[in-house]
Amino acid sequence: MASIFQGVGATTALSSSTSIDTKKFQLSSRRFFSVRRASFVVVRSGGDKRDSGSNRIGGRADQLVTNAVATKADTPAASTASKPGHELLLFEALREGLEEEMERDAHVCVIGEDVGHYGGSYKVTKGLADKYGDLRVLDTPIAENSFTGMGIGAAMCGLRPIIEGMNMGFLLLAFNQISNNCGMLHYTSGGQFKIPVVIRGPGGVGRQLGAEHSQRLESYFQSIPGIQMVACSTPYNAKGLMKAAIRSDNPVILFEHVLLYNLKERIPDEEYVLNLEEAEMVRPGEHVTILTYSRMRYHVMQAAKTLVNKGYDPEVIDIRSLKPFDLYTIGNSIKKTHRVLIVEECMRTGGIGASLTAAITENFHDYLDAPIVCLSSQDVPTPYAGTLEEWTVVQPPQIVAAVEQLCR
Amino acid sequence: MALARRSSNLLKPLSTASSSSSFLNRRPFSTDDSTTITIETSVPFTGHNCEPPSRSVDTTPKELMNFFTDMALMRRMEIAADSLYKSKLIRGFCHLYDGQEAVSIGMEAAITKKDCIITAYRDHCIFLGRGGTLLESFSELMGRQAGCSRGKGGSMHFYKKDACFFGGHGIVGAQVPLGCGLAFAQKYRKEDHVTFAMYGDGAANQGQLFEALNMAALWDLPAILVCENNHYGMGTAEWRAAKSPSYYKRGDYVPGLKVDGMDAFAVKQACKFAKEHALKNGPIILEMDTYRYHGHSMSDPGSTYRTRDEISGVRQERDPIERIRKLILAHDLATEKELKDIEKLARKEVDEAIAKAKESPMPDDPELFTNVYRKGFGVESFGTDRKEVRATLP
Repeated sequence: MASIFQGVGATTALSSSTSIDTKKFQLSSRRFFSVRRASFVVVRSGGDKRDSGSNRIGGRADQLVTNAVATKADTPAASTASKPGHELLLFEALREGLEEEMERDAHVCVIGEDVGHYGGSYKVTKGLADKYGDLRVLDTPIAENSFTGMGIGAAMCGLRPIIEGMNMGFLLLAFNQISNNCGMLHYTSGGQFKIPVVIRGPGGVGRQLGAEHSQRLESYFQSIPGIQMVACSTPYNAKGLMKAAIRSDNPVILFEHVLLYNLKERIPDEEYVLNLEEAEMVRPGEHVTILTYSRMRYHVMQAAKTLVNKGYDPEVIDIRSLKPFDLYTIGNSIKKTHRVLIVEECMRTGGIGASLTAAITENFHDYLDAPIVCLSSQDVPTPYAGTLEEWTVVQPPQIVAAVEQLCR
Repeated sequence: MALARRSSNLLKPLSTASSSSSFLNRRPFSTDDSTTITIETSVPFTGHNCEPPSRSVDTTPKELMNFFTDMALMRRMEIAADSLYKSKLIRGFCHLYDGQEAVSIGMEAAITKKDCIITAYRDHCIFLGRGGTLLESFSELMGRQAGCSRGKGGSMHFYKKDACFFGGHGIVGAQVPLGCGLAFAQKYRKEDHVTFAMYGDGAANQGQLFEALNMAALWDLPAILVCENNHYGMGTAEWRAAKSPSYYKRGDYVPGLKVDGMDAFAVKQACKFAKEHALKNGPIILEMDTYRYHGHSMSDPGSTYRTRDEISGVRQERDPIERIRKLILAHDLATEKELKDIEKLARKEVDEAIAKAKESPMPDDPELFTNVYRKGFGVESFGTDRKEVRATLP
């Protein structure tokens, strides 16, 4: 199922650098691929129109999240919700997506530490073990390498496991399984086996959790061929991406953030699945393209408020898909604004921003009026002290300063 | 400080087959399936936390002849792969299985094609045992399109999904958690099948093995861990790598069985026993005491860490094919000449397969980008920059 939506995303990208009449191509191909069912909606986040100046995206542009670590966001529902939905927190949205998929397909199961009886260390799987039993929501011993391997083996044999790392950093122990077996098996077996696993867990810098519990693994995993990586940032996209990831026949790593689990948002009642390879237009603008993902989205939106007051009009895109990049959306934005700022939580060296900078330079060099600025976390282990920890990650004042510098 | 080379006790004397309890007419090349022959295994089984099965194994003339034919084919294939490697048609790593054929043959005789097998990189003969063809093997070794993995896997990545053969893995030890995952899926779907997760004495020291064993025992997964103990982990003898070389005992609470891996019937009996056990009681470890004649791989001469006398000694005393030959001759199932003819036929088949494999073309260039992801519905695959269409996927 998800491949139809991926097909939509992929086919429309065909027109990224060549054809001029992209909108026409995009709509016609979507008609070809779209599948309509009674209670089922294909959602392309950010709505149809990507043209400049169009502020039709649900009024989001004017409602900025002011709190950097948004615990309570009052953003209205996303583009397609015509009737009011229901409000919930991000971890509940993840759970809802998970539960709907487990209901839909009996092969979907969850494997992880403390996911069953305990309900998940961040309550994402709460109540599921009571409903589906101990075998479908499997509590494992502390053995990341082997239970990740187990999940992959089960996927080879037809199941669709969701492997939870209690903290993304623990999955470093399973790197061999994720890289060699998960990413490469489809290729080395000549297409015989598919590995429809979802590897998910919270990562990122939290509240003084210490160096080893504040890791950003997206930079380590990004070179592994054969996997897809997505990062969720709002309850709406968390649920959509979770469902898309489960339905995908490819291995998907879903990066959540420890500090975003309590974000509240109103999401649609009807079922929806998001496109795994698509970026989200958070705030359209004219002057500069700010690319970000996960928690830094909120820092950027906070900085955007300041910037708007100062007279700038930043376009904020939540890239969501970390592998592969949605160069279609990003490219269109760059062609409009000609300036790029990347704000990420990864380390400076070898991070997602570094790859994105390279990809943009390679493809859109002629459209840039200024060098790409990339704000990332410092190349240090995350310190425990609160003040120091604050300065390892990018803060809104730095974003404001960078935009001012860029737009001079 | 026992760093001196210990005397090899690999040359255990074999007790020749006895107590044939049936009456046989002398028939050339018997394919009789109805007469039962009972064969004694070379040595009794040693059990750990379990009652070992009996030494007497029932078989039929047809099975005996099949064992011989299949093992001769496997042996021939590995020798041919040796010469192909030396003539640079096979590159990279090539790990040969000759000497260990009895493990694959005996296992296949005890199980069905719905039981899963997963192993590490010494997988050519196991692939053949699972129903793979010689053409697929040689093509894959030479990187051609007709290979089982379309030429993109190589020697260490043979897979056969329809026969439940899950490969074929380069990093040793990693296949054991995968194997427990297969067993988990079998239990999840309430199938009556088991998984054989094979590994070597070198990989037996990997931590993930014990992690996987713990989980398999915790949830009573139908997983059978098979340690093919050929006594050398590449160049390191087992007594230099493992404090306790009794790999079948390492499961502690998990029962184990030590089997003479050069005796196809012992292997068959043990696998049958293990399958019954695993379906009822959860995991069990089988240690197959076997030997490889070649070095670890084609880049290893195999003689720097063991003497040539040892190798030829094992070949004389414990060779699996010789054992079957003696049994066949003792039971008058075929003549010497017929057995030689079978070997000649095997050689011919292998040569034909190699010739055909050489004709198969190398994969086309767009194949570089196929099967990275699995998509469908006529979608196109892009490079990471999504700029140009690299391949149109079926």
